[in-house]
Amino acid sequence: MPRKEGREKVTGRARYTDDLTFPDLLYGVTVRSEVPRGRIRKIEFGPGIPWDEFTVVTARNIPGENCVFLIEHDQPLLADAVVNHPEEAIVLLAHPDPYLLEEARRAVRIQIEPLPAIFTLEDSLSRKQVIWGVDNVFKTYDVHKGDVDAAFARADCVIVEAEYRTGAQEQLYIEPNAMIAVANPHDGVTVWGSLQCPFYVHKALVAMFGLPVEKIRVVQAETGGGFGGKEEYPSMIAGHAALLAWKSGRPVKIVYDRAEDMAATTKRHPSRTRHRTAVTRDGKLVAMDIDFALDGGAYATLSSVVLSRGTLHAAGPYFCPNVRIQSRVVATNAPPHGAFRGFGAPQSIFALERHMDRVAQAVGLSPQEFRRRNFISQGHTLATGQVIREAVDMARLLDRALRESDYAAKRQRFALENPTQRLKKGIGFATFFHGAGFTGSGETTLASIVEAEATPAGRVRILTANTEMGQGTNTIFGQIAADALGIDYDQIEIAQPDTAAVPNSGPTVASRTAMVVGKLVETAALGLKHELTSAGFLAADYSSDDFARACSRFIEARGPLRSRSQYQTPPGLHWDDATYSGDAYRAYAWAAYVAEVTVDTATFETHVDEFVAVQEVGKVIHPVLAAGQIEGGIAQGIGFALTENVVWQNGRMANGQMTNYIMPTSADLPRIRVFFEETPYEFGPGGAKGIGELPLDGAAPAILNAIENALNISLREIPATADRLMEAFEKADAAKSTEPARPRA
Amino acid sequence: MPDAAAKIEIACTVNGEPRRFRAWPMERLLDVLRRELALTGTKEGCGEGECGACSVLLDGALVNSCLLPVAQVAGCEIRTIEGLADNSEQLAAIQDAFIACGGAQCGICTPGMILAAYSLLERHPQPTDAEIRADLSGNLCRCTGYTKIFESVVRACQSRSAAP
Repeated sequence: MPRKEGREKVTGRARYTDDLTFPDLLYGVTVRSEVPRGRIRKIEFGPGIPWDEFTVVTARNIPGENCVFLIEHDQPLLADAVVNHPEEAIVLLAHPDPYLLEEARRAVRIQIEPLPAIFTLEDSLSRKQVIWGVDNVFKTYDVHKGDVDAAFARADCVIVEAEYRTGAQEQLYIEPNAMIAVANPHDGVTVWGSLQCPFYVHKALVAMFGLPVEKIRVVQAETGGGFGGKEEYPSMIAGHAALLAWKSGRPVKIVYDRAEDMAATTKRHPSRTRHRTAVTRDGKLVAMDIDFALDGGAYATLSSVVLSRGTLHAAGPYFCPNVRIQSRVVATNAPPHGAFRGFGAPQSIFALERHMDRVAQAVGLSPQEFRRRNFISQGHTLATGQVIREAVDMARLLDRALRESDYAAKRQRFALENPTQRLKKGIGFATFFHGAGFTGSGETTLASIVEAEATPAGRVRILTANTEMGQGTNTIFGQIAADALGIDYDQIEIAQPDTAAVPNSGPTVASRTAMVVGKLVETAALGLKHELTSAGFLAADYSSDDFARACSRFIEARGPLRSRSQYQTPPGLHWDDATYSGDAYRAYAWAAYVAEVTVDTATFETHVDEFVAVQEVGKVIHPVLAAGQIEGGIAQGIGFALTENVVWQNGRMANGQMTNYIMPTSADLPRIRVFFEETPYEFGPGGAKGIGELPLDGAAPAILNAIENALNISLREIPATADRLMEAFEKADAAKSTEPARPRA
Repeated sequence: MPDAAAKIEIACTVNGEPRRFRAWPMERLLDVLRRELALTGTKEGCGEGECGACSVLLDGALVNSCLLPVAQVAGCEIRTIEGLADNSEQLAAIQDAFIACGGAQCGICTPGMILAAYSLLERHPQPTDAEIRADLSGNLCRCTGYTKIFESVVRACQSRSAAP
């Protein structure tokens, strides 16, 4: 199946937000805070600029609430009295000439009286300054299973403790954020933009303008990548563009340049995870005590939900009778951290999968043998008490990954060759899972709706709010509908996500599009067929042409032919928000990833030479797109592990350029070999589960485990940049020279 | 406004057609293509020559149009993604290959990436894996991990060499 919008994309005809033009268009820019925290004293408009030609907007021009509606209502659309992070938006300007606009932006002087600010997890946790609420804490979770304290008191256990850290990561979609707004009191507000979740933006605009829902319209333009980075932040830009349009009476386009996008918008939450594990001498997990902390930045945004997913993945795909996970996300004076593919899970899984190698070492088992003794399987319970109902076979995935990567032979060969080589090789792996769809009762609350309609020409249109941003939404929805109806893929059209035209099928996040919304597409499509057959327009046996003719005849005789499906919770699922226990996710994808690396001990650059990814994601809907999701996610995971280092200076990203924030190029990446084991999932379309976020979870720990194998050092923080590796290596070397020589494990 | 006192007239060939326009001499070729000539297939990803989304062919050579003052293209031949296919029905082999192999995901790097691949195949009709990797390394893609892009290039060489 070719990608639905593939032809437009390869010919340059696909229209992204910045490609759209409107008559009388103004360009908009944002004037931002230069300090991390302070009181706004004065806004001055400097000399030499024809200010009367400009539209100028401040917090006072907001018709409704000065707030970006999401979970907590703490983040202003424009800072008014105080600022809480660098790059916080304060003033908006619009003008027809983009060059003059940039000069004007530089001529605005904002006097801010600084207040003490905090920039680290530790300073926030210790309340060095209280900058949010009463204690800096956005959210905490407590997950309990068994009796952890009693288990640690047992005499027959080995106890292994360590701390792990991950850095911020920039989503770095290649299309920077962009939005166009048309707004006036008569017609309301319409925006076209690069975004993942049209109804999030819609909800935010309703509150900002205090307008009825039908006066707000949000349309997704072609979107050049999101990866979570266009989940919540577009609501802010849409609000800004709409305010300028509202005041000027003209269409306004705001397109961030790369530096602004990197400096001002969200990133992956930095994390710190502390593990304390009790394990029997023969390698059975007895107790896991996990302390998971995230830096949320200055406002709550999605932090509570990111923390939730990180918490629920922190104990991994292992069976352990006693588990305690205590987690919190706290405020610092940095731009808010936000959604990024994996959504908290890559952080906690990094810690866990590094730690599992450490625990294996402590009990003298190989990493694979230790995991085999502890993998979760059907009938077991996870940390939340969720009983695993599906037939999961982690050992089989791991064995295949080890076989495909020739793990055992390489491990042996590297141990022989490394001592005499400058280029040291290593191989390592991670085994993990990722829950698909919203957490707990989230999908039930969302109650997503999908519609299908027949066109007079006999084609089928699928209407959802789920966005195509490269991952293949249009294509798999087309395929699911075509398969359900038994008609040609080309007969399916996908409606553009437009809040005035499509039902709310929920956000395009959380690996939910294929599994949850895809199932609704299947049901809605089948509804059309049911209508046609029960009304006698379609025989039991039909061709694509018969189906098209039946649609046309139905519409002629009876009027519109539409079908609607709404989310139904699969039977037997229970979740308790108060105790954070129960079925955390409807279904999990399971995986084993192996990375092979070379570390140059002169430069301490690490190259990933080979990568094997084995996963079970239910039935694969579209093998090319599915492999594309895995390969792309692993590429981002390799960046997360090695080179993507956000350098912070007083809450501001100091390397906000593609020149010095280093994402992988084609010359940096290995051959990524992708294998699927397919176990159909009863409640997914055609047996499919979610896939999009999974690959981000496993790459970084597999790579760091491989680096440990190469250098015999245990780095517990990523990114494993050359300087970090060199420091750790030299420290280990110094320690070794003071000890008698011993054989390598 | 860009650093120069007055707009100048510039004549060049764009996608096979002679074009004349007025522009600030230091205006970026990227902006002129997009705003003046409405050729929006050329994208801006970073504005500093790192990502290659704005790649175009200038007298056959791949350049970053975000780094090129438009005064420098006077008398030159420019080819953008819009000029790659003979017409909208018959795509170039590399475009077909990108569709078939999943080389395009979000599509924002795709015009630049396709021009980079096209330029590679013009110089090396049968590139090795290492040549493909090295040659495309100036064009960043955040979606694919590049594997499907390499497959697209290989498929395009096969179909080009199979063509009569």
